[in-house]
Amino acid sequence: MKAKIRKTQVIVETTHSDIGRPANPPVRKAAAIAVIENPFAGKYVDDLGELMDIGEELGGLLGGMCVEALGIEPNQAQSYGKAAIVGENGEWEHAAAILHPKLGAPLRKAVEKGAALVPSVKKLGGQGARIDIPLGHKDAAFVRSHFDGMEVGLADAPRANEILVAVAVTDSGRPFPRVGGLKTSEIKGEDGLR
Amino acid sequence: MDDLRSIAEINTTADGDFGPLVKVRKFVLHVEDVLHEFGPPVSRPQRKGYIAAVTHNPYAGRYVEDLMPLMAALKPLGKAMAQRLIEALGGSGNIVAYGKSAIVGLRGELEHAALWHEPGGYGMRELIKPSKAIVPSTKKVTSAGRPVDVPLAHVNAAYVRSHFDCIECSIADAPRDDEIVWIQAMATAPRIYDRAGGLKDSDVKGEDGLK
Repeated sequence: MKAKIRKTQVIVETTHSDIGRPANPPVRKAAAIAVIENPFAGKYVDDLGELMDIGEELGGLLGGMCVEALGIEPNQAQSYGKAAIVGENGEWEHAAAILHPKLGAPLRKAVEKGAALVPSVKKLGGQGARIDIPLGHKDAAFVRSHFDGMEVGLADAPRANEILVAVAVTDSGRPFPRVGGLKTSEIKGEDGLR
Repeated sequence: MDDLRSIAEINTTADGDFGPLVKVRKFVLHVEDVLHEFGPPVSRPQRKGYIAAVTHNPYAGRYVEDLMPLMAALKPLGKAMAQRLIEALGGSGNIVAYGKSAIVGLRGELEHAALWHEPGGYGMRELIKPSKAIVPSTKKVTSAGRPVDVPLAHVNAAYVRSHFDCIECSIADAPRDDEIVWIQAMATAPRIYDRAGGLKDSDVKGEDGLK
């Protein structure tokens, strides 16, 4: 593996009720985080290929960890998202190199299909920084019930020469969706939008 | 729930009053100019910013089934906010990326944040032409001062890699438990050192909002 991983974390958040109302069945979001060494910390390097390859490794690893933590079959995954926090000796673009070129394909394999764009955010941050992973339906970006977010972070990461990479996968949408829009029952799953 | 403020008791000024369901306590306008990031001099400085409106949550403290009245009432707010942010960024022709988020105070429900999808998005898209791509978003329920990361993406083609970006928004005194913070974000340029490949702005067809 090209990625030098210091630690990983998996979180499963299960919402059983909200605002006094039970969620039946409970809705579940999982996130998997890897804290890796930033090979380009402290210097400007034009070719970010190594980080792109690391992104490819992490897409499969973190996507698989989420699916396993949820205890579901890959095709039961419903929404996903990705995010990265670059430690202070790194560059904003390092997050882009990990997230965008190659991370998506193995993540899509881990959740089966994935016709829709994988929504993302990125930032620079110190240890303890947190980040909101956006969530969207994996096969149809316009499904309104599945637009969501999941906040993650680690107390001791990213150190200045590290990058925190996170992937989130759910097996459900928001607990009580009622703002209209495209429904999961109406998904065609052809163009990634509807 | 009798410690909750009633929206009928909220008084605001004329430019913060968007009808019986939407009372703005404050607007926050943030603009940042990214000039370098320890690499070569940047050919095109990036200006990005957000506008946030803090409003009372008329549904705080209880489960209300029908949320549509608030969604409709937010439409004029979405447009007014977009107008102010666009002006701060130098006009609608400068806007190349956008995004939106909402933070619901602790007495509210995550679903209240979802009310922003239509008014928040269309407010921007009515003023930025063309704007065929989906407006990326995040949402959360949390307390005053906590940040949210607002995703940014190309206004016409969701897959343009240089324009995937983000801006963090936090307001020290908002949202109070019975408030909601509505946020729109925009950028005038891609990430300054874009070199992660992928679909380029110059290759956008601009037909389906994707490529």
